[in-house]
This record gives sequence, C-alpha cells and structure tokens, in this order.
Amino acid sequence: MLRLFKNSEPGDKPGWFDRLKGGLAKTRTQLGGLFAARRIDESLFEELETALLSADAGVAATEHLITELRKRARKNRLENAEQLKSELHELMVEILSPLEVSIDCGAHRPLIIMVAGVNGAGKTTSIGKLTHLYQRQGHTVLLAAGDTFRAAAREQLAEWGKQNGVTVVSQQSGDPAAVIFDAIQAARARNIGIVLADTAGRLPTQMHLMEEVRKIKRVIRKADEHAPHHVWLVIDANTGQNAVNQVCAFDEAIGLTGIILTKLDGTAKGGVVAAIALARSNQASAQADRGTRQSKDAPVQPIPIAYVGLGEGLDDLRPFVAREFVSALLD
Amino acid sequence: MLDNLTGRLSRVIKTIRGEARLTETNVQEALREVRLALLEADVALPVVREFVARVKEKALGQDVVGSLTPGQALVGVVHEELTALMGGPSATLDLAVAPPAVILVAGLQGSGKTTTTGKLAKLLLDGYRKKPLLVSCDVYRPAAIEQLATLAAQVGADFFPSSTAEKPLAIVLAALDHAKRHYHDVLLVDTAGRLAIDEQMMSEIAELHDALKPVETLFIVDSMQGQDAVNVARAFSEALPLTGIVLTKLDGDARGGAALSVRQVTGKPVKFAGVGEKLNGLEVFHPERMASRILGMGDVLSLVEEARKSVDVDEARKLAEKVKRGKGFDLEDFKQQIAQMRKMGGLSALVDKLPAQLAQAAQSSQVDEGRMRRLEGIINSMTPQERARPELMKASRKRRVAAGAGVTVQEVNRLLTQFEQMQKMMKHMQKGGLQKMMRSMRGMMPGVR
Ligand SMILES: Nc1nc2c(ncn2[C@@H]2O[C@H](COP(=O)(O)OP(=O)(O)OP(=O)(O)O)[C@@H](O)[C@H]2O)c(=O)[nH]1
Ligand SMILES: Nc1nc2c(ncn2[C@@H]2O[C@H](COP(=O)(O)OP(=O)(O)OP(=O)(O)O)[C@@H](O)[C@H]2O)c(=O)[nH]1
Ligand SMILES: [Mg+2]
Ligand SMILES: [Mg+2]
Repeated sequence: MLRLFKNSEPGDKPGWFDRLKGGLAKTRTQLGGLFAARRIDESLFEELETALLSADAGVAATEHLITELRKRARKNRLENAEQLKSELHELMVEILSPLEVSIDCGAHRPLIIMVAGVNGAGKTTSIGKLTHLYQRQGHTVLLAAGDTFRAAAREQLAEWGKQNGVTVVSQQSGDPAAVIFDAIQAARARNIGIVLADTAGRLPTQMHLMEEVRKIKRVIRKADEHAPHHVWLVIDANTGQNAVNQVCAFDEAIGLTGIILTKLDGTAKGGVVAAIALARSNQASAQADRGTRQSKDAPVQPIPIAYVGLGEGLDDLRPFVAREFVSALLD
Repeated sequence: MLDNLTGRLSRVIKTIRGEARLTETNVQEALREVRLALLEADVALPVVREFVARVKEKALGQDVVGSLTPGQALVGVVHEELTALMGGPSATLDLAVAPPAVILVAGLQGSGKTTTTGKLAKLLLDGYRKKPLLVSCDVYRPAAIEQLATLAAQVGADFFPSSTAEKPLAIVLAALDHAKRHYHDVLLVDTAGRLAIDEQMMSEIAELHDALKPVETLFIVDSMQGQDAVNVARAFSEALPLTGIVLTKLDGDARGGAALSVRQVTGKPVKFAGVGEKLNGLEVFHPERMASRILGMGDVLSLVEEARKSVDVDEARKLAEKVKRGKGFDLEDFKQQIAQMRKMGGLSALVDKLPAQLAQAAQSSQVDEGRMRRLEGIINSMTPQERARPELMKASRKRRVAAGAGVTVQEVNRLLTQFEQMQKMMKHMQKGGLQKMMRSMRGMMPGVR
C-alpha cells in the first residue's frame, strides 16, 4: 500500500517541501511541463523519454517507465496528456514507495550505523546532520572517526561532534576498524543509544579499499554479532549513471540496508532515484539472462533511501518520502 | 544489457553490413544507438543532440573503405569526432605573469578542489620548480582550512594560515600581500564548494576573482557528475572567466560523459585529470583516452578500435569472445594479440583501453619492441597443435622451438609462463577478480618490465 502524503515531521522548520521543490524545479519544468494541453501521441512519448534521460533516470529505467506508461495508456484508454501525467505520477510513486523506510532507533542498544560511499559524497556532513536529528528525537549519540586516511577528516568530524555536543572517538592515525571497535565499546560503557561510524571515501575500483570496508564490517560484527544494524551508502544526487555502479559495488561488498541521497538542494536532476530504484531488479534480470541466477521472477527488494540531504546545515536532512519526492518532480 | 557503444553497435552493424555507402536509412538506427550510449555515459542531452547531428553530417555519403562495414565506418567517425571535441593541444599551466601568479579553483561541493590544490602545489614544486603559497578561503565547511594545511605540509609547500572568523576577501588579499613580500612564484587559492544557484556564493567568488586577477581559474569537475554538468558549467563560466578544467576521480569507473558536456559548454581545455587521492594523482589529460572511455571502449580488444585500424574485424571479434569466456585462449591467439599490439603502436595503445586502474598499474611499464618480435618468432616456430595445446610443450619440443626461433630455452619457458598468466588473467577478468589481476599485472604482458 502507498503511504499517505507526509509533508513534514513535527517540529520541522517550515518549508522543507518547498526547498525540495526548489531543488527539483528545473526537472519539474522539463518533465511536468510536457503534459500541458495536448493529446497522447508518439511525440509526447518521445519528449517524455528525452526528459527522463536528461533527468539522469538512465536508459534502462527510462525504457522501463515508457513501456509501462504505454501499456497503461492503452489499457485505461487514456486520451489526454493530463491523464498520462497522473498515470506517470502513480507509476513513479509505485516504484519509489518501496524505497521508503522508517528507522527504529530503539531496536538495539547501541544501534550501530555504518556510513560508506565514494569520495566527497557527503558522508561526514550527513553524520553531523543525523546526530542532530537523532538527538532531537531524544537519543544519545556517539561518533566514530573511521576515516583515518583523508587530510583533516578527523578534525571535520570532531567539529560536527562539537556542534552537536557529542563525543567523537578517534585515534591519531591507524586502523579504521579498530577506531570503530573502540567507539562501540565506549558507547556500551556510557550506555549511549546510537553509534554513527564515518568511513573514508572510496571508489569501487580501489580493490584494497573495498576490502578495507569489508573488514570494517567484519570487525563491527565482532563487537556485536548483530551489528552493524544499518549500512548506509551516501550518494551525491549530482551523480549520473555511476550511481547504479556504486549501489551494486557497495552492496556486494558490505550489504547495504539504505541510501542517503545528498545535495538535492542544488540543481541535481533527481531522476537518478529511478535508476537506483530499478538497479537491483535490472541487475537480477541480467543475472537471470546469464543464467547465474535461478529465476527472473524471484522478488528483488530495492535498497531503500533512508534520508535525503538538502544543504550543508545541521537541519538539512529528512527521511525520504516517495509521494513528496514525486510531487516535487512532477506537479 | 548492452551498455556501451561497442555492444550497442555490434548489434546494429549486423543489420547494415554489406552496403557500400552510409545513407540516411542505414545509419538511422546506428545513430540512435550512439545517442543512447552517450546518454548512458552521462553526456548531457543538448550536447548529445548537437554531437549526433554533427556525426550524421560527416558520415552521410561517406564511402565505406576496405573491409569495413557501414556500421564500423560510422563508429570510426564517432570516435574521431569525440576525440576532436575533447581535444585541443595538451594544456599546461600558464604562469607567464609577474609573480605571484594566482591560481584560483572553483566548483561544486566535494568535487575535489582542496585535493587538486594540494596536487597542483606538488606539481609546481616538483615539475615547475616554483615556490607556491597555499591559502584556503573556505570559512564555511568544518576543518576545510586544516585539510589544506595538512596537504601543504605533506608536499612541503608554504601555507598561509586563515581562520573561519575572517572574510574570504580579506584572507586572499592578505595572502596575496604575503606572497609578494616573500617572493612566492605562485599563489594557490582554494575556495569553498558552492552551488551554481547560490547567488550570494557565486558573487563571492566573482569578487575574489576581481581582487586576485588570477592567471588560471580552474573549474574542478567530478567525473561522476550526471546530466546537470552542462548547467553547472554554464553557470560557473558565466560568473567567472574560466581558463581550464580539471576532471577529478577518473580512477573510478564512471564513464565521464560530464567531461564532454563541460568542455562543450565552456570551450575551455581540460588541463588535468585527477586519478587518485594521493597528491601525485594528477595527470595530463588525454583526449583520445577520454573519448574511448566515454564510448565504453575500456575493453582489452574493442571492436571500434579494431575497425578504425582496419584489422580484420571478424578475427578480433572471435578473440574478444574468447577473452570474454576466458577459455580456449591459446598460443595462436596470444600471438595474434602480440601482433595486434605491435600494429596498434605497442603496448601503450592496449594500456589505454584497459580499465583505468589497470592502466595505472601498467603505466610505469615499458614496451620492448624487439622482445615482442622475438616472442612472435617463438610462437611461429611451433606447430599448429602445439599452439592450440601449449601443455604439449615438453623439454624436447622446447629445445626444437628455441633452436628454430634462435632463442634460448629459458626464453621459451618465460613465454609459456607469460601465456599462462595471461590466460589466468582472462579468467579473472571474466570473474571480475580485478584485484588478483592487478597483482599479477606486472611482468605479465610480453615485453613489459
Ligand atoms: N549543498 C549541499 N552540500 C552538501 C550536502 N551534503 C554534503 N555537502 C557538502 O559536500 C562536501 C563534501 O561533504 P563531506 O561530508 O565532506 O563528504 P564525505 O563523503 O565525507 O567526503 P570524503 O570523506 O572526503 O570522502 C562538503 O562541502 C559538504 O558541505 C547537501 O546535502 N547539500
Ligand atoms: N579517488 C579520487 N579521490 C579524489 C580525487 N580528487 C579528490 N578526491 C577525494 O574526493 C574527496 C573530496 O575532495 P576535496 O578535495 O575535499 O573536495 P572539495 O571540492 O575541496 O570539497 P569541499 O571543499 O567540501 O567542497 C576527498 O575524499 C578526496 O580525497 C581523485 O582524483 N580521485
Ligand atoms: Mg568524510
Ligand atoms: Mg575543499
């Protein structure tokens, strides 16, 4: 079932939805603007294809959306473009709704959240924002400075810790897994609710770094056999089709449970969300084509989008709400 | 899923084989595939449109020479045009002013400005033998100034301290003054990441530019960026007179279509490529390599390149198939590969087509033409059975072959070992075991030390 439209959380500063709309304004003009006062014809589908492609939806997701829309237009005997637009709206909501997830921060204590991603995606900043969000919800938080590589990464996280008034566990240098292990022990000792573990940026092509992040996860498991309870990939919304590679590569390495999509306050197109939503099913059917997977019909869960980031400030992060997102894209 | 141009076109090529001329009708479908491949590589739509129109104009009416099919001829045109668009003479830093020459970097959040500033400092120190001064006017992002200070210390360059309590303009003016008084040749100015739609921040950097009058204003672009690259580049180049582009994170596996978008919109040369987090990870930009990469030609043997060099395409395709399957790769194939490598201008051409991380691993290697020729000689001295079943090569056969080729038995042994490693690599490639492959890379290619 689709969730009800949920614009904001209690205590939200006003205008979150407006800001999301602001970020996606350009895409909305291009995509939503197509449907004004016209009939459904071949050229409309062509223009729609073009608009989706230039919104970073990617070739595979675009083909999927167009094929599905054509089918529905025929089946429901749609006549004008406005009707097709509502159909697209519904279709997108159907595709994106499974990406919604609600995080139960009280499920474990300490709840251990590991954050990973490519360089400069917004991992450290998102951790700063999550700290603020969770504290506002009444949880206690501790940060683990697992980026022991990049210049001043530790200091950057320390700054976010200071702004939020929480402890940051770090070491002068050394092994990221060990730092995070220590942080978990410290959280236990102080009865802290949530541990957020930062990691260094890495590209999936850097095999030794992908091995390192696997090791981090293994070591976290040694500290708590059910941990990490969440493994989140941070993706910069400006990313093009490589986002799909990132999801697949990190998922394979550390088993993702969620995604944080950052920098939606810019002019990023947002269509990459569709590509991400369909990534796992496309990957699965490709595997099925090659015979490396049992069946094409086995259900594939997409990786949910836990949060979206809309700026560099403490308050600029919210849960992903499919309807809100689709409205910002289309209406 | 066919997700690169080679794959996409090999399908189309079949349908338009055997026609002697490129016509409106026989290139139609192929051009559609070109369009999709470029979009898939993140080239921005307006840029794709213009490009495809240009390719079409060039291609129509062209005679299809030699053994090429119309589809292959078209791919040739695509590749040439793309290279030309990416191209321009390989650019360097322009420092021809009264010192200090100021270099300003600008770009979106997280694109790689600070790291690139550190890399440029290293290049100026080691390559240009200059005395640079580094300053950060990123008073917004936590620990941004400390990050640059750390990098400056790592490369051993002078750093001008600043604090988040100061105004960016005041910081750079003080730094400029300091650079003048202490005879620094170059002042490198790192700036905060900013959104192109953030008017306040865009006017801030325009102001910095006015005050500094930099010789180089470099736009730092993340090679993973998508369709929006074209708008961001336009906004930055309208706010600032850019002099060049640096494309970062090319050590990843993004196809990097943003490079084309940005280049097209700004008209400015791509001066450098960032290929790693370390401070030596800055390279001269290779337009040809980038064109191949955007087209998805990172394969060991790509049909497109083969077509361009007029190598027998059917042979190449058969070999590519074998490589993909990782089996049945025998000494005859090995020999052909050596021959083709020589034809393509030695190993460097092959290295260009390897995925970026492999290319990097192989870069320090040298090609030895003479040795490659000797390797061919050895294989030529084998019987067809021996070439198909290298395991037949026991002591007496090795002696015979060595004598025939005029080499030592050791050299025959070495070739067989290399062949085995190559065969293994093919298998790994097929399984995606890149890590193992990288480890065995050195010394695996014939004639490479
Ligand atoms: N506009 C905007 N900028 C953001 C957002 N999230 C992060 N940033 C900025 O993006 C840049 C990179 O963010 P970081 O948090 O340092 O990214 P990271 O993934 O930790 O980077 P590395 O650790 O170097 O790999 C910084 O300038 C952040 O301020 C967002 O939602 N919107
Ligand atoms: N792999 C790889 N990483 C890079 C490259 N260039 C920069 N990085 C990494 O990308 C991340 C962001 O780089 P920064 O130099 O901090 O980017 P920035 O543009 O200064 O970021 P802000 O100041 O926050 O806007 C860091 O983790 C860098 O180490 C590159 O060429 N390859
Ligand atoms: Mg970080
Ligand atoms: Mg910076």
